[in-house]
This record gives sequence, C-alpha cells and structure tokens, in this order.
Amino acid sequence: MATAPDLQSLKVDYKRNPMLPWPFQIRRVKRETEDTFTVELEPQGDLEEFPFLPGQFNMVYVFGVGEIPISISGDPANTRILIHTTRAVGTVTKAMDKMRRGDILGIRGPFGTPWPINQAGGKDVVFVAGGIGLAPLRPALYEVVTHREKYGKVVLLYGTRTPNDVLFRQELEHWRARFDLEIYVTVDRAMSGWRGNVGVVTNLISRAPFDPRNTMAFVCGPEVMMRFTSMELHKRGVDNEHIFVSMERNMKCAIGLCGHCQFGSFFVCKDGPVFRYSQIKDMLVKWEI
Amino acid sequence: MKIFVFECAELDNLIAAIKRRRFKVIGPTVSDSAIIYAEIAGASDLPIGWTDEQANGSYRLKRRDDNAVFAWNAGPQSWKKFLFPPVQKIFITNKSTKGFDSQNLGEQTPGESRYAFFGVRSCELNAIAIQDKIFLEGPYIDPLYRQKRAGIFIVAVNCSQAGGTCFCDSMQTGPKAVSGFDIALTEILDDKRHCFVAETGTAAGEEILASIKCTKAADEDITEAKRITDRTRVQIHRKVDTADLKNVLYQNSEHPRWEHTAELCLTCANCTMVCPTCFCTTVEDVTDIGGKQAERIRKWDSCFMLDFSYIHGGSVRASVKSRYRQWVTHKFASWLDQFGTFGCVGCGRCITWCPVGIDITEEVKAIREKQT
Repeated sequence: MATAPDLQSLKVDYKRNPMLPWPFQIRRVKRETEDTFTVELEPQGDLEEFPFLPGQFNMVYVFGVGEIPISISGDPANTRILIHTTRAVGTVTKAMDKMRRGDILGIRGPFGTPWPINQAGGKDVVFVAGGIGLAPLRPALYEVVTHREKYGKVVLLYGTRTPNDVLFRQELEHWRARFDLEIYVTVDRAMSGWRGNVGVVTNLISRAPFDPRNTMAFVCGPEVMMRFTSMELHKRGVDNEHIFVSMERNMKCAIGLCGHCQFGSFFVCKDGPVFRYSQIKDMLVKWEI
Repeated sequence: MKIFVFECAELDNLIAAIKRRRFKVIGPTVSDSAIIYAEIAGASDLPIGWTDEQANGSYRLKRRDDNAVFAWNAGPQSWKKFLFPPVQKIFITNKSTKGFDSQNLGEQTPGESRYAFFGVRSCELNAIAIQDKIFLEGPYIDPLYRQKRAGIFIVAVNCSQAGGTCFCDSMQTGPKAVSGFDIALTEILDDKRHCFVAETGTAAGEEILASIKCTKAADEDITEAKRITDRTRVQIHRKVDTADLKNVLYQNSEHPRWEHTAELCLTCANCTMVCPTCFCTTVEDVTDIGGKQAERIRKWDSCFMLDFSYIHGGSVRASVKSRYRQWVTHKFASWLDQFGTFGCVGCGRCITWCPVGIDITEEVKAIREKQT
C-alpha cells in the first residue's frame, strides 16, 4: 500500500514485546536553538546497537510523564549512538529538556517507512526542509554525504523562522563549504547581519540547481509547507512519483493498533511517515481528513 | 460438521461440561435492566423468559410469556470487553537513581483460566474475526490480545428473532453463524417442545456435546432450525447497500449530509464504545503519589474525542462533521483498504445507544442516494 519499508534489513526483534520501552542513557545534550535541543543516547542492557533507516522514528518515554513520537536525526552509519532533535513544546519534550547526561529515557522503535534514498542513486537529490523538519531529513543527508559519489547534484533548501532558529548550524556551514553540496537557507523574518534569503522555502525551488527530470525530492516540514513545496516541485517538472513527504499525526502505539494516526486508509505509523506524494496528494487538499 | 438435538433441560449440563474443562464460562445475564455478558454458574443465570425492544436511541427489557433462553439481541456490551478490555495495564516500572528499572518491565501474568463464550451471535463472531485481523495479523501483534484470545471456546447461538436495530443480513454477517464457533445452537420453542439443534464446528465442540444427553438431529429438526433463521432474516428491516460503498464514501467526503448529521451528533462516543469492532485506544502514563512507580495504562479511545487527533497546535479533526465522517468512512471504506473487510457487522448497537438516535444505515443511504 505504502512505500515498502525495508524492514528486513534491520535487526529488529519483533518477538520482543513492541509495547515495552527499552532504556537508553543520555550521553550528551546539545542546545541547537533557544527552544530546540539534541540528545545523544546509548542503548543500555544487552542491546548494543540500534540500527535504523533514514526517516524512521522512535517513541520516546520519560518516566511517569508520557511517550511521544520523535524522528531520528542521527547518522544511520553509527548504530551505537541514537540521536533525536526536538523542540520543547509539550509535556514530554519539556521534561526531556530538563534531563542531563547520565539520565535514562525509554525508547521503542525504530518505526515507520524510510526515505527511499537507495532509489536515488544516479539521480539529483533535492531536500526541502521547513523548520524542525530538517531533523528527520538529516539521516538521509548523512547517507548522501557518506556515499556522495552515488548521486548527482545534491541540494538542500531549508526555510526557518529567523536566523536564530537555524538548526545544525555548524554542520550546515561545513556542508556549505563543500563544492559538491548546494545549501540554501531562507528565513521568514531576517534581522541585521543576515545576508541570506528571506521568504518561504518554496521561493527557492525555481532557481535551485537540479535536473527536474532526473530528481528525487525529499520534503519535510509543516503539512501546508509540504503541500506547496510538492506542487512547486511538480511545476518545475519533478514527477509526483519522485517526491516524498513525511506526515505527522497523533500517535500512541506506533505499531498500527491504536488508530490515532489514521490518514485516510493509511496508518501514518506503519504505512508512513514517509509517503510518496502521489499516494496522498488528493488527501493533502482535503480539510480535516 | 455434525448436528445434534438436546432438550432445554440439558443446557445446564452443557455449561457444566464446559466448566469441567477449566473454562471460565461467560454468558448473557440480566443485569441493570440490560443483557450483560458476565460469568455464569449455570443455565439459571441465563436471561430465561426475557426479550428486549430496541429502536433508535432506545433499549428496554421485556418479560416474555414463555421460557425462551435466547430471545433477545445484542445488548450494550459486546464480547470485546473480555478479549480487549476497556482498561489494561501495559507495564509497571520503578524509578531508579538514573531513570527507571527496566527489569520490571514485562508482560502481565496470564489469566488463570481461558474463556468460554456462551451465546455468541453471528454478528459478534464476525466482530471477533475482524478484531483478530487487526490484532493478530501484523506486522505487529498485540501481545495482550493474543494472550486473552488464545484457546477460547465459543458456543454460538443463531438468532431466532431480529432486534429492532439489526442489519446483519445486508452486511452478510448473520443471522446464522457460519464459522468461528465450536458449537452453534438454534433454539426451538413451540407448543410441543423446547430444545436446541446443535451444530458442531470443531472436534472440541463435538467432544463436549458427546458428554451430554443428546441425539443425532432428524431431518425435520434441521429443517425447523433453518426455518427459524430464515424467519429472522425476513424480520430484519434495516439495511446497508454495500455495493461499491467504499468509493461512494471516498467520493462524497464533502457531502452536505455530514454537516447535517454533525448538527445532531453530541460526539458522546457511545457508538464507538458499544461497537464490537472499534479498536482505538489511548495510553495514560501515571505515577504513584511518591513518583517512584510508574504505569502505562491502555484505555479505549474514540475518534469522536477532540483530542484524538491532537498534534502540537491543534486537532486535525476539530469539527464534529469531520469526526463523524471519519468514523463512518472508516467503518465502510478505509477499513476495507486496511483489513480487507468492513468494520461493521450490522449489530445495530450504535443506533440503539446513540442518545439522539442517529441511524448509520440511514446516513449511508442518504449519502448514496444524493451523491455530490
């Protein structure tokens, strides 16, 4: 029904009760922006590695507080460290924000469909991120950077609120310095000293250097941003079949049983979160589906 | 399949024979002015001589002038509450110096005895089969459901009269039980006799029947049992036309009828609570007062609740219209894409227990008849 998740390549123990969180210890907390932070986690007990695919997410549990879905933002090549980047907005993320090195979080996962980055070999790859939507795309960016020779042009178009909200700043600057990556950042509201673009991220699409007839696009951000970005990409000539978006819905179980994440006939947790734009195009324009 | 006949007086022995095989027997009882499924000790706990009258938003028990045992229809609670309890603990964990003690996470201890369901209607058998698909066919399996579902024994009862809100015939889920049972009974009650025609579905059913006083059914018994379920079928006056229903609903997501019904709907969630197939849940993470021990509890939830679709910033389905549309579209359209079956078995509970009497069969009909 959805993009077939390449779950076979993961060493996930499905016999283990998927409803029970596994303990992970915080190794490092890094503040990204005023309200956004990154946690680096190490699996505890007899779990030594945590393989995942770019675009997948985990259910993150804070003792007695609650559990929420957060996408994985780390490098899939490093299976010993699990990285999540999130904004402190709700009960659980605010509790996470208070946690420090050595504290334990519960993790269930990895869940969901990945960015089909393995199908982008030989093609130009365009990433379009809105705000915190850069976090779920970063594992795919790592993958492309690691195996740079496999891909054509690689472009990241990233829109965020203000220059102070730019995520992964150092990394972006490092990548921008490379001649084989095209990184464009735009902000909604600039302030003095900002020399980059101002305006919505969709404005960057028409000028970005890629061949639309030979491109795979990966889009993540607010739903309305993903809708207009996909339309703009399509207008530029990218096939709807080659545009992928990552959906967000309320989730309680992440294993297709609680019903909360239904989006038409899809369960976002198991049929998504990554969908081919052509699969969901018609639903994105329907109100309250 | 073998077909037997036994006298009504033997019903108690049938229950005893099941109990002897270490089953906890759950059957219909009269409780709080309703037919409620609960543990039964013997045939005297059954609703002998009772019937119910059901209509949109109305349910009343009535005395009959005979001793019919199964002359009632679906009550407010289905068998779902036993296999998929409304409140279930997922885990308990203790706080340690740095987080929580994962050693204490574990599956709950299995119940001491298996269930035997006594008096399951065909619509309910279909509902159980639908929940089996949801919880047991993966990719992820619900370990809590699997544990309770394993090894249950089912005595079905073919409906000898239709309820006021039933529409199983059009959903092809009744009134006669076709599969999913160990034994299926048809009650025969007339001037001459009060007996049961018993059809076996499994070897276990046959073995239990062999332990009570029964005889091989004569041709006229089989004919009579068929006449009874055929008569019931004719009594059913509500129907859902299922032809191409999935596409009809998908294509009419902006039909004015949704707005019309949203004006009536109280979003009380009664329909989803009484529905034998609805499976949505939420979880609550709670701690003891000292904050040392935490539990996760899974509870039935409903797509009619505003916070059901909440993501940062607001609910995806804020309007009543969108929530009612979600429920009906799920039952008759997206459920097919998800599980290869409708999510409705025509038991009529959502019609009976809707406080404003919304009839899902009328809603579907209204949309089909005036498509946008």
